[in-house]
This record gives sequence, structure tokens and C-alpha cells, in this order.
Amino acid sequence: MTLRSSSDKPVGVIGAGNFGSVIANILARNRKVLLYARDEAVIKRILDKRENRGHKMSKNVLPTGDMEYLANQCDVIFPIVPSAHFRDMMRKLSPYLHPYHILIHGTKGFDIKLPKGETIETVKTLNRQQVKTMSEVIREESVVVRVGCLAGPNLAKELSQRQPGATVVASHFQEVIQTGKRLLRNDRFQVYENHDLVGVEIAGVLKNIIAIASGALSGLGYGENAKGLLISRGAVEMVYLGRVLGGDTRTFLGVAGIGDLVTTCNSPMSRNFTVGYRLAKGEKLKNILKDMEEVAEGVNTIRIAKKFSDYYKVRPLITDTLYKVLFEGMTVQDALDYLMRYPLNVDINLLSTT
Amino acid sequence: MAEILVEKKNKNIGYEPILEGIPDWPVYQLSKNRKEFLEEVTQKSIDQIRLLRPSRKQLIDELEATAFREQNRLKRNRWRVDPKDEPRFWSRIKNELVELSSKTAENGAKKEEDLLHEIVQRYANEIAGSFKPSSYKFAREVIKFWFGRLLNGARVKKFGAYFRNQYTLRDKIHIVGKVKMLRALAKQGTVVMVPTHFSNLDSILIGWVIHSLGLPAFLYGAGLNLFNIKIFAYFMNSLGAYKVDRRKKNLPYLETLRMYSNLAIQKGAHSLFFPGGTRSRSGLIEKQLKLGLLSTAVEAQRNLYRENATGEPRKIFVIPVTLNYHFVLEAPELIEDYLQVKGQDRYFAEQDSYGSFQLIKFMFKFFTKGSSISVSIGPGLDVMGNYVDDNGNSLDANGQRLNPREYFMTNGQVTIDKQRENEYTRMLSAKVVSEYHRINRVFASHLVAFVAFEMLQRKFPKLDLFGFLRLPEEDLEIPYEEFKTTFKKIRKEIYHLKEKGKVYHATHLKGQTDIVIRRGLDNVGIFHLKRPLLKNKKGNIVTQDLNVLYYYHNRLVGYDLEKLI
Repeated sequence: MTLRSSSDKPVGVIGAGNFGSVIANILARNRKVLLYARDEAVIKRILDKRENRGHKMSKNVLPTGDMEYLANQCDVIFPIVPSAHFRDMMRKLSPYLHPYHILIHGTKGFDIKLPKGETIETVKTLNRQQVKTMSEVIREESVVVRVGCLAGPNLAKELSQRQPGATVVASHFQEVIQTGKRLLRNDRFQVYENHDLVGVEIAGVLKNIIAIASGALSGLGYGENAKGLLISRGAVEMVYLGRVLGGDTRTFLGVAGIGDLVTTCNSPMSRNFTVGYRLAKGEKLKNILKDMEEVAEGVNTIRIAKKFSDYYKVRPLITDTLYKVLFEGMTVQDALDYLMRYPLNVDINLLSTT
Repeated sequence: MAEILVEKKNKNIGYEPILEGIPDWPVYQLSKNRKEFLEEVTQKSIDQIRLLRPSRKQLIDELEATAFREQNRLKRNRWRVDPKDEPRFWSRIKNELVELSSKTAENGAKKEEDLLHEIVQRYANEIAGSFKPSSYKFAREVIKFWFGRLLNGARVKKFGAYFRNQYTLRDKIHIVGKVKMLRALAKQGTVVMVPTHFSNLDSILIGWVIHSLGLPAFLYGAGLNLFNIKIFAYFMNSLGAYKVDRRKKNLPYLETLRMYSNLAIQKGAHSLFFPGGTRSRSGLIEKQLKLGLLSTAVEAQRNLYRENATGEPRKIFVIPVTLNYHFVLEAPELIEDYLQVKGQDRYFAEQDSYGSFQLIKFMFKFFTKGSSISVSIGPGLDVMGNYVDDNGNSLDANGQRLNPREYFMTNGQVTIDKQRENEYTRMLSAKVVSEYHRINRVFASHLVAFVAFEMLQRKFPKLDLFGFLRLPEEDLEIPYEEFKTTFKKIRKEIYHLKEKGKVYHATHLKGQTDIVIRRGLDNVGIFHLKRPLLKNKKGNIVTQDLNVLYYYHNRLVGYDLEKLI
């Protein structure tokens, strides 16, 4: 199965950000990798110095600025670009894609389609036709049907240090999962399978909301009790939101759900955590975002999840409160007081109602 | 007597046959070589079953399960059409299996393979239709002649009208949509037609449609239950139908059935099956399709690509079709069925349903009385659900050509991957379902039923569906003006949806609201004993049968129209 004539074909990675670079390195342990970067300087740096975003790049990784070349050379492509640019990237890539391509993306975020003249700030509500996961964007923008995603507790820095870790490859297609496994797996990197593609994608996106809250708790100086409370309630909220969006409850209990959630909430390294932390320290959102090298997906996710839940009339407490903190000037301390006083205290009953 | 929709004489004159003589028809070719074909079906089904049950033990277990189920079926649910020697056959098989299981592999010496062969061959013979040109022609003429007579007799109320040709079936059945494309595709590839299924009449209706579009007879899967009725059986057989027995759920049967359809499609026989599997019980347009037969189209296409590594093999086109009626005779029984299953203990059946002699009565009523039908032919799709152009090229969302072969390729080769193809079948099915909704034609009768039911239900927000359906009909009344306002609003939304290409509507939906409402009321479920919708003396809207109203209402579920009421 593994040894086929065309198995010397390189694997493509699109997006030379932090995570993209790490994935390219992991793939490069098994195969030649073509890494697409928009920025000429990045390509040159990788070629000259074998370095990108603090990662030492494998010699098996060949940077390129030519999407057409990449699509022609590779049957399997990993698009890993921020969700805000994902659709644009797909539109550029699409003309070169064929139905035989396999795309496994590693982007955690939503794509939104806004009505004319509206912005994400002004739009009142969002429904499922307007909120898309990345796999849905791939299907809409290209002829590729064999689509999958990578999710799970994948902190780029730890992965690049070859610490043990795992990822989930989710797809409707066993073929895609097996391909992903074959390409990614090594002695330090375990790969789990899941068929609930949309559920896995959603879990990966929603956990960023809770990560911001976790950062905020930390910024206020609270300890492990508070965090335990947040993570467990956060998980419940993810399930409720996730179900509305079409995910399976079980997925949220797995590596891509709880696994990723716990990791992100405990990781002061992550961007979302940092946003929450600095907010709690009294900084303004605008200033925080200005300092960041890459996007904190969670900020946008809160906005989308809030408007989405307004449309479907669900009430995600943590998300709603964070929305007020981020965009309506509530202080983190007030938000916490509000949550602690909230009169709902049924622990959990979602498993019985599936 | 209610006013029946005025029917204009249909303008289209009919279509020239796309193939000259019957001998050219793929269906005929198949039945001419019936013996060889069935031998191939048998052999390949056996191969497939052996692939799924590779060990001797697994196979014997499977055969035992099959024999057990078959004997059970014979005990519980025997039909007239079942062959007389069935009990003997299965009890012999069972005995031989018992004997076999006591023997070792060497002793038994491949006996289980013989048994499998015997069973599969029996199934293949049972499934196979036999298309005879002479009886096809005869049946066709009979249908045309008698339906034509009945139609005229009923329409023009004079005795002599029976012998006139003032109205023909074509005036009664409106065929709309992508007719030209269907004819073009049938010339260059193999067509798999997948209509919605609301009534037992559908089989005959679609047979007539195919003929009147100038297409050669299609091979089609008809429920074996229809063959219980001799006269139906005659027509079905002569129209090229093969038999699908829904009682048999055992692996050898299902594999044989799928192989039959698969090979027939590969050999270029245009095929037709109702992917909903059975008539829509609820009156909803099918949301979930049975994937079994649909998957044979995908498999057949993959096989054609595999066998023709270089050239372009025959392409398979999937054509969704929706059938629209004002009136479905079986509606009361169907909805009863549905509510019973759905509601379980919350729903109490009020009456027993009656036997299958209904069918003949149904046909008679249907063709002698008013109430037109429309058949919408959908656009051609490839087996992946991509639209195709008139030349059969698959197109992506941007209208660029693509090669469907590449969907089946891994590392540059066409490969067999069951799981992948199951997923493809699911995607195809989702596409077919969305096409059903898109090409559906809204009738005035559908719309009045929808609006009335939703408005009534809105008045009892505390009751669930089953609580609501138990309300006495006498208590339900909608003031006419109120009804009219809402009707107008929803009709406007339908226009809107049509502009967006999400649904079609019959031309009779346009015009003065009062007239359209009257048309709707007069035609919705027109021949039911208890009318689903009426105006009372005060001119308000009332119902005599809430369940049936629910049935007709369901036709328009799935367009998010509820939100506007």
C-alpha cells in the first residue's frame, strides 16, 4: 500500500506560517514537500537560511511561489492559511485542481459570507448558509471532493521540538484519512481518525473562544479551580454550539474536542490565550491585536458565534459574555462576576438528549 | 361539482423516436441475450458475495441466515406473485445446509458454492424482466387507446365522446423542463432516470412519458408487489420492468439485484428507478434516498472507466424527475401509515386501510376525472452530481469542463474503493434531492394546503403535531380574508424563490388571488371522500380531514416558507 510508483510525488503545503512550517517539516520526514509562500522574502529565506518563523526547515522542504506548479506536482495538498484568506487562496488555487486531488487543511476558523453592504460589525445575525467551515469552502470553490482536516492539540512549538503529540485527521473518506496518516505519522506523532469532518472542524474553531476566557482568568490571577470550571462549562457550550452547526456530540469528547481544549486553555504560548490575558490586565483589544504577528482566530470566532447563536436562538453564556468584553466595553472583572452570579446551575445533561 | 382546472390543449405535438426500430434498443438487446446476460449477472454476483464473505464459515452462515429469512417470509408474508415451488426450494436448501455444516471442508467439497450458485441464479431469474417488442407495442397501444377514450368520455359528457380524440393524454400530462437535453443525452450515453415517488400510478405514468418523449423503453425496477395484480404485471413486464422485492433483505439477493442493475447500465440500457425506495408516506418530497440502486450507477461508471483505460467510455447520466399531482388517491392511507410509525403511541389510527384492489379503481378514477399532472424533467447530472452540458460534458461550478474519471483515480489510476464510492453515492443522492426541490412545480392546490395547515397549526402553539392532528375538524376555521392575505404573501415568496432558481411553479398559480385560491381549493385532493379543504357557507376555509391536509401541505416543506406565516 505504501510503496507505489508515484509515492515519490511531493506533498504540497500552502501557507508558510507557524503551523504550516511545522507541518511541512513533519511531512518532510516521509516525503519531499513543496511549500507555497506568498512572500518572496520568505521563499528566499527558507532557501538561503533553511529557517522560517523560528523553525529550522528540513532540506526536504522546497519553497515555491507558484501555485500551478505545486498543484501539478502534488496529488496531496495541505492548505494551512488563516481563515480570513482561505477562500481567496482557494479561488487562486482552484483552476489548477482536479478531482483526483486530496486536500487536508489545517485551518481553524470560519468563513463568513456577508450580505452586500454589511460588515462583520454591522450584520445582525448569521445563519448556516453564511457560516462555512474550511472544508465547505474547499468544496464550494473547487472540484476537489476528497477533503479532510487536521485538528487536535497541536502547539506548533512543541511539535517542532519533537515532543510527543497527536493530531486528528478527519474526513468522510477512509482514503483521505489513510493518506493523512501515512504522511504525518512518526514515532513522536500519533494520528487519530474521525469521520465527523464538520464536527472536528467546529471543535477546533470553538475552542479558541474558551482559550480567550482561560487567558482572562489567568490574567486576573485565578488558579486551577476556576480553570477547571471554565474548561468543563466551556466544553458543554462547545457541544451545544457545535450541534447547531452540524457536529456530532461524540467528536467534542475526543482528541479534537476536549484534547485540544485542555491544551489550548493551559498554554500561555497561544495567541488566543494571550488576548484574554492582556485584556484582563486592562489593555484594549485594538492594541493587543496590533502587537500580534499572526491572527488570533478566537476574536473573530466570538463575533461569529455570537451572531450565529442569535439567529438560531441558543444562548452560549461564555461566548455572549466574552462578546461584551471584546466589543461592548465590559471589563473582564465584571464579566466574571456576571458569570458567577448567573442562576443556571444544572451541570450536564446533554449526553442523554442526543 | 367542483370546478376543475381548465386545461388547454397542449401545444407540443410529440417527439420523434431517437432510435429507429425496437431492435436497436438496448433493452431489447438485453432481453434477446437474456440467457447470457443472466449467466453473467449470476457469476459476477457470486464473485462479489465471495469477496464480502471470503471464508467457508462466513459463507455458510450467510446462506443459513438467508434460508432462515426466506422461510420466515414464506410463513409470514406470502404474495400471489411468489412462485409455487418456493417452500420446497428453501426447505431443500435448508436441509442441505444442515447436512453441510456437519461435514468438514474436504468432505463437503465446495457444496456451499453450488448452493450459492443455485440461490443467486434463482434470484437473477426472478429479478430479470423480459422485454418483448410485440407485447410492448401492444401494451403501449392499449394504454394510449383506452386512456384516451376514458379521458374524452369523462371530459366531454356525451356518450359519443368515447370515440373522439379531442383530448389526449398529452393534454392531461404536462411535461416540462429539460426535455431536449434528456433526448440528447440518451443518444450519447446511458440515462438513469430517478423520479420522485408519490403514487402507484407513477410507474405507468413515467413509462408513458418515456415513450412520448421518443425515447426507447427504459429498464426499470418496479416493486414486486405491483406484480401481484395481473393486469399491472402484464404491462410492467412488457414495458421492460425488472422486479424489486423489498421483503428480501438478505445479502445474496441484494447483491444480485445491484449487479443486475449495474451490468445493465454498463451495457447501455437506460434505466429508471425510484430512489426513494417506496412511495413517500408523508407527502414530503424525498429527503433521504435509498443508496443501493443509486450506487450501481456510480459503480457502473467506475467500471466503464476502468475497462477503458485510454478511450472515453460510455457516460452515465442521472436525470432527476419530479411528478406533481393535485391529487394522490392513496394519500389517506399513506399519511396514516406515516403518522403511525412516526407518532407511535401518540397517534391512534382511526380506521383500517383497505386492500390493493384500490389500484385499479384508482387508475380508473384518475384517468376519467380531471386534475392534471405535471412531470418536470431535471437537468442531466454525471454520477458525481455535476451538471452536464448538452454534449454530455461534466461541468464544475464555474462552468469549466472536468473529467469525472479523475474522481476515481488514486496515484494516476482508476481504483476500486468501496468506502469512497459509498460517499460518492451519498453526495449524488444529496444532489438529486436538492434538484427535486429545485425542479418541483408548485400547484395552487399545494399552496392552499400548505398555507391553511400552517395557519391552523399556528393557532395551537401549545400542541405538538400529534395533539394538533387529534383536534376535531369542526373546530378549525380560517376567516377567508386572513387566509387570502397570508396566501398572497407566501405566493410572493414562491415567485421570489423561482427567480432565485430554487423552485418552479405552474402557470396557473399566477393571476387574481381569489381565482387562484379557488382553483387550489377545488383541486386539492379532489376525489377524497373527505375533502382536505373547503369553503364553508360563511366563505371561510375549513377542513374535513386534517391528516390528509397535512399530507398535501408537506409537499412544500423544505423551502423555509413556515417562517413567513
